[in-house]
Amino acid sequence: MSNYNPNTPSQQAEMLATIGVSSIEELFKVIPQELKAKSFDIPKGMSEFEMLDKINSLASANSKDITFFIGGSFYDHYIPAAVDHLANRSEFYTAYTPYQPECSQGTLQALYEYQTAICRLTGMEVSNASLYDGATALAEAALMAIRITGRNRLILDDCVNPIYKRVLETYLANHDVELITLEPLNFSLNKEAAIKELNNNSAAIIVQTPNFFGSIDNLKDIAAKAHENGALLINSVYPVSLGLLATPAEMGVDIVVGDGQSLGNPLSFGGPAFGFIATSKKHIRNIPGRVVGETVDKEGRRGFVLTLQAREQHIKRHKATSNICSNQSLCALRGLIFLSLIGKEGFVEMARQNRNRAEYAKSLLSRVKGVSIEDSVPTFNEFVLKLPKSASEVTAALLKKGIAAGVPLGSYYKGMDNYLLVTVTEKRTKKEIELLAEELGRTLV
Amino acid sequence: MELIFEQSVKGRKGVSFPVDNTSEAAPLPKELLREEKAELPELSELDVVRHFTKLSRLNFSVDTNFYPLGSCTMKYNAKGFEEAAKLFAPFHPMLSMLPEGEKLSQGSLELIFETEKLLAEITGMDAVTLQPMAGAHGEMTGCMLIAAYHKAKENKKKYVIVPDSSHGTNPASAAMVGYEIITIPTAAYGDMDLDAFKATLNNEVAAIMMTCPNTLGLFNPYVKEICDLAHSVDALVYYDGANLNAIMGKVRPGDIGFDVIHLNLHKTFGTPHGSGGPGSGPVGVKESLVKFFPSPRVKKNGDSSFSIAKEDKSSIGSVSNFFGNFGVIVKAYAYILQLGREGLIEASEQAVLNANYIMSRLKEYYDLPYNQICMHECVFSASRQMESGIHAIDIAKYLIDRKIHPPTVYFPLIVKEAIMIEPTETESKETMDNFIEIMIEAAKLAESDPDILRQAPLKTPVSRLDETKAAREQNVCCVL
Amino acid sequence: MERYFTKEHEWISVNGTTATVGITSHAAEELGDITFVELPQVGKSVKRSETLAAIESVKAASDVYAPISGRVTSTNETLETMPEVVNESPEESGWICTLEVENPEELKGLMNAEEYKAFI
Repeated sequence: MSNYNPNTPSQQAEMLATIGVSSIEELFKVIPQELKAKSFDIPKGMSEFEMLDKINSLASANSKDITFFIGGSFYDHYIPAAVDHLANRSEFYTAYTPYQPECSQGTLQALYEYQTAICRLTGMEVSNASLYDGATALAEAALMAIRITGRNRLILDDCVNPIYKRVLETYLANHDVELITLEPLNFSLNKEAAIKELNNNSAAIIVQTPNFFGSIDNLKDIAAKAHENGALLINSVYPVSLGLLATPAEMGVDIVVGDGQSLGNPLSFGGPAFGFIATSKKHIRNIPGRVVGETVDKEGRRGFVLTLQAREQHIKRHKATSNICSNQSLCALRGLIFLSLIGKEGFVEMARQNRNRAEYAKSLLSRVKGVSIEDSVPTFNEFVLKLPKSASEVTAALLKKGIAAGVPLGSYYKGMDNYLLVTVTEKRTKKEIELLAEELGRTLV
Repeated sequence: MELIFEQSVKGRKGVSFPVDNTSEAAPLPKELLREEKAELPELSELDVVRHFTKLSRLNFSVDTNFYPLGSCTMKYNAKGFEEAAKLFAPFHPMLSMLPEGEKLSQGSLELIFETEKLLAEITGMDAVTLQPMAGAHGEMTGCMLIAAYHKAKENKKKYVIVPDSSHGTNPASAAMVGYEIITIPTAAYGDMDLDAFKATLNNEVAAIMMTCPNTLGLFNPYVKEICDLAHSVDALVYYDGANLNAIMGKVRPGDIGFDVIHLNLHKTFGTPHGSGGPGSGPVGVKESLVKFFPSPRVKKNGDSSFSIAKEDKSSIGSVSNFFGNFGVIVKAYAYILQLGREGLIEASEQAVLNANYIMSRLKEYYDLPYNQICMHECVFSASRQMESGIHAIDIAKYLIDRKIHPPTVYFPLIVKEAIMIEPTETESKETMDNFIEIMIEAAKLAESDPDILRQAPLKTPVSRLDETKAAREQNVCCVL
Repeated sequence: MERYFTKEHEWISVNGTTATVGITSHAAEELGDITFVELPQVGKSVKRSETLAAIESVKAASDVYAPISGRVTSTNETLETMPEVVNESPEESGWICTLEVENPEELKGLMNAEEYKAFI
């Protein structure tokens, strides 16, 4: 008897007698003999102590002492201790989807607050209760634009995170969609080309802020052009940058998506974190996934429920706006707790420090012999270095010294073998930045 | 309770930052800056801690209440698994993709490789990918693999068949991959009507999606025949693993003839549901479909080191950022390690025993539309209680007043006034007896004093909520 | 004005070449509180039994099928902001749209009020 199965042999015997069978095996009699498992070669169980020991040895096989100057949608940001303590309350993490609102007001109110926080960051009117991650959120946004416009041509800026692009292409592979890719121009959106590609079958232009190279585009004119042509503007954003940058709403964006990892979720080798999606009220019925709404109970007291459920798979089945059921609720809760702790001024300070430290790194690194930086484009906390030799080689050399100096762009873009994408968060100290510049200089000698 | 935004006090702070001793950067051009700061709350750490602690206490959860929610497998989430996942919190996924970075991520890569291998053995499949982030995401990925398979063979396929008892995600996922859906009715024996299936099957059918045991908690005795029939027209058979908790070590979908499966690690493998996520929806396939798997894939090298495999040119692409919900995968790996072979078999046996015990004791009081030995869950109908005007929802709400989370109600759609009960293996006889007594009380109240049921719940922070108002007004964000 | 009914619980009332379509009181009651009506595009042509509109309530979603073939000539725009009118008056002010009748012969396949009453 495993320690998680509480019923003793005598209790089991009582239960079998109540059912009217003589053994547990009899309960499985309905399974035809020829269908019984041919093999079940799983190791013998172990104690909790041994299990933790084994997993700890695996964790120790990862290198712990690395200074991260890498980003690419997952970022090394500080997480206040209270986030873990609150999100680890088991009333949150061992509950299910809040289908029974009277005994789920904790989750429901928190998700309503989360939706509000996302709206306030992005300036949009409505948000759902989370999606899987930033990449799938972008794919869902593209499908949403196709539903709204009834058109099937998508214009994608190639400055969008190449991993997101990959997921988008995978989602679209079995749909009749024309996906146009725009070559970057000086690490930025080629606006002229984008406008040229707009026609009366265009569902959306898809851009990212800051884009994969760290550059920040002013989207106002491109939003206006898209709207003139009856198309939407989809914008994937890095939420931390919204402490400083113009909101997608101010830029005229129709659907905003992004990855919420940087809001209170650990790196955890890539997940779980959450994706977010926000839009204007007129598109609310086309938003995928769960939405929480405010209402009142029989006594007129404020309460919260899952709403607009008739759009979802458990009611509308194959006609649903999306197949999503489980989302990343607990990670969204972490995002909300993070934003609540950091607060209105703290959020601005966090963004300021990210940019400031990145600008400091930019100025030091650009002085390293042989290195150049395209400094005509404004950036937030990521930027591109041009090296005199292969960025892959340089990265490998610096990794040996415990520094993950950046992401070599040659892995994602043709002809960019000598380019390195460097990320600096608020966690990178002046000393670490100076060491990066020093070691980079040494590697290039 | 006040919203967190309503508690804000101007000038209050919850977090402080280290002093930034780098030099002050030149500001960004004004047109790129936001006009006003985002209106986040201004609170102390204690304000925030009190708020979320109070909110948490408004929830029912497995750790505080019996949660017999059918189809969701709300088993106990052991705390050791949580500790295991925390060990991996600091590792950056991008590191493993850098040149020489694999060497610094050996533990994570090994854990992925080993978990895939264990899940393949448990299900009898040839390979597993952990990239999908939830059950429905796994279904969609599975359907993409099916589409890639047919495309490679130049098969002209258009339809996916689902039984009418299926989870809504099945048809929704197949539709996301561009398939048209054909729904097959349920026969009197409680499973997909075999004759209707035979009559429907044709060369344009890409796949059939089945849950086994199905959402009525019944094991389909014709499942092998269905697989063989499907294969005769080169249609693939998809196994929705939502109900795997009934059959671990007893049956393996791969042995029966299923070609593609997904699992819900947050159901069968003891990882918490997190108020609706994160889950994890690994997908397993037979050899002929492995080459279509999403990337990245982890491989084991001759020297026993692990690396990221060179992508197969047939790959469907990627379905998420990196390696899926890795933290959830760690917990499931810990679960399998700790329970081991005998523990997994026992989990299924005890889950089935518990469900049959509840079914036996309640069938005198509630209609049981498919009266036979069930697997890990059973489905009653409140049709008898309807005679006194009581619906399944009234019984559900009464249970809340008695501190029990209601079973799943109104699903599967084919049972009128359905009450779907899944106790799981981790619940004691005492807990179930208490639940049974309360259910019997509810059945009696339906006859003697139905108003008590109709008014319930009364002991909760809010009573029944006006869902119509919510749907019509669509207040989904607190406006300033 | 002649009024006909379908097995899918739509009503259609014909005045010359124009027909008005809605859902029956029985259907409205079954759906419960209606929260959204997706109206068809004016000018759209539909064949008999094709989806004409969609109705959502709190717990259900239901398509409205065209009782006969025709072109949509107008829709009841009140329903965009006040879907509850379908509950309040399904067979009068809760009408969904008007169609230009393509083939009056199709009406023969439908039920009259008495037949519909017997049907439900």
